[in-house]
Amino acid sequence: MRDLVSGFLRFRRGPWEMLATVLIGLGVVMLMQPLFLWAYTWSFIVTLAGTVMFLVVSHFPE
Amino acid sequence: MQVVQQIFENGSFMTNSVITAAAEKTPPSVARKVRGLSDRAIAWIFVAPTIFLLLAINIFPLIWTVRLSFTDYRANRLNREVEWVGLRNYERILTDDGIWMNMQATAHFLVWTIVFQVLIGFALAYLINKKFKGSALWTTIIVLPMMLSPAVVGNFWTFLYQPQIGLINYMVEFFTGIPASSFSMLGSVELAPWAIVIVDTWMWTPFVMLICLAGLRSIPDYIYEAAEIDRASKWRQFWTITIPMVLPFLMLAVLFRGIENFKMFDLVVQLTGGGPGSITELASINLKREAFEKWRTGYSSAYAVILFVTIFGLASIYVKALNKVKAR
Repeated sequence: MRDLVSGFLRFRRGPWEMLATVLIGLGVVMLMQPLFLWAYTWSFIVTLAGTVMFLVVSHFPE
Repeated sequence: MQVVQQIFENGSFMTNSVITAAAEKTPPSVARKVRGLSDRAIAWIFVAPTIFLLLAINIFPLIWTVRLSFTDYRANRLNREVEWVGLRNYERILTDDGIWMNMQATAHFLVWTIVFQVLIGFALAYLINKKFKGSALWTTIIVLPMMLSPAVVGNFWTFLYQPQIGLINYMVEFFTGIPASSFSMLGSVELAPWAIVIVDTWMWTPFVMLICLAGLRSIPDYIYEAAEIDRASKWRQFWTITIPMVLPFLMLAVLFRGIENFKMFDLVVQLTGGGPGSITELASINLKREAFEKWRTGYSSAYAVILFVTIFGLASIYVKALNKVKAR
């Protein structure tokens, strides 16, 4: 857990990529779930944030 | 030009004497220019046409689609004044119940095809990996469906699902006693979503099987031998060696099929055309209707951007998983 936090603070690729991946996955689930319309409405923003974050953080050092 | 003609007339293409003759006849100014180019510049000259085509065919339309998504442009009314509508198209799509239903139809198709394909594909790969007599022939037979065109598969499954003459209905009647003509797989609201899942599973399970087979064959035998020496049971070997080592390959298969099925169009259009009603109208089918039947180009551009960002995000994860597999 401490490694994960320090990875975030030192802008290391691993933890940030993981966060971006979680955001993309969450966005896709929100887009396709049948329960809440609000989740569908906000899904695009979440996916977009995750995708842009993934593009940026993939240039961070390992 | 004369030099080139001489080269081909003599029929001795690129012999040393010809090259020397060509070099001697090249005007000094041209020779200086060619010699002056760095390797990098020559590389750029070769790559430039591809980059130009890529920009013209992929990047420009993408930027243009993003631009159109902020307008009320209609491609069938070219003389109409185009208005800038800001984020209104996105707002309408992301609050539309109908499109939400299409996304749920896509989700149903996506989840169940992936579940069935992974389970059956892994089981088949596990069996084929046992290397029994004729396993190569069976592998060839199993992979046949994925080599067929989706249009052909859609057409012949439409016949198989036909209530009066279809083989599927007769098989159901044979096993369950339900009269063959009493139900229609493609015409029923309850059955149609499952009918398209069955066809996609039939067609693409071999692909998942091949990826799993690659994963299974990448596990070195000495790991199992070590486990045997430690008296690990077959069941324990399966859960602690086979599954963890095949998992990256399985993830790859899931992501690949996920991306492919998220943009599924041809097979479902051939089978149901999105019906009955709009129960099997996947996002891509709905997008095509908005763009080329209702001609709401600006609105459908926003729709396309939403689907693109989702697929692009999934593809990013896919590339990451692929690199992980490569690193093994």
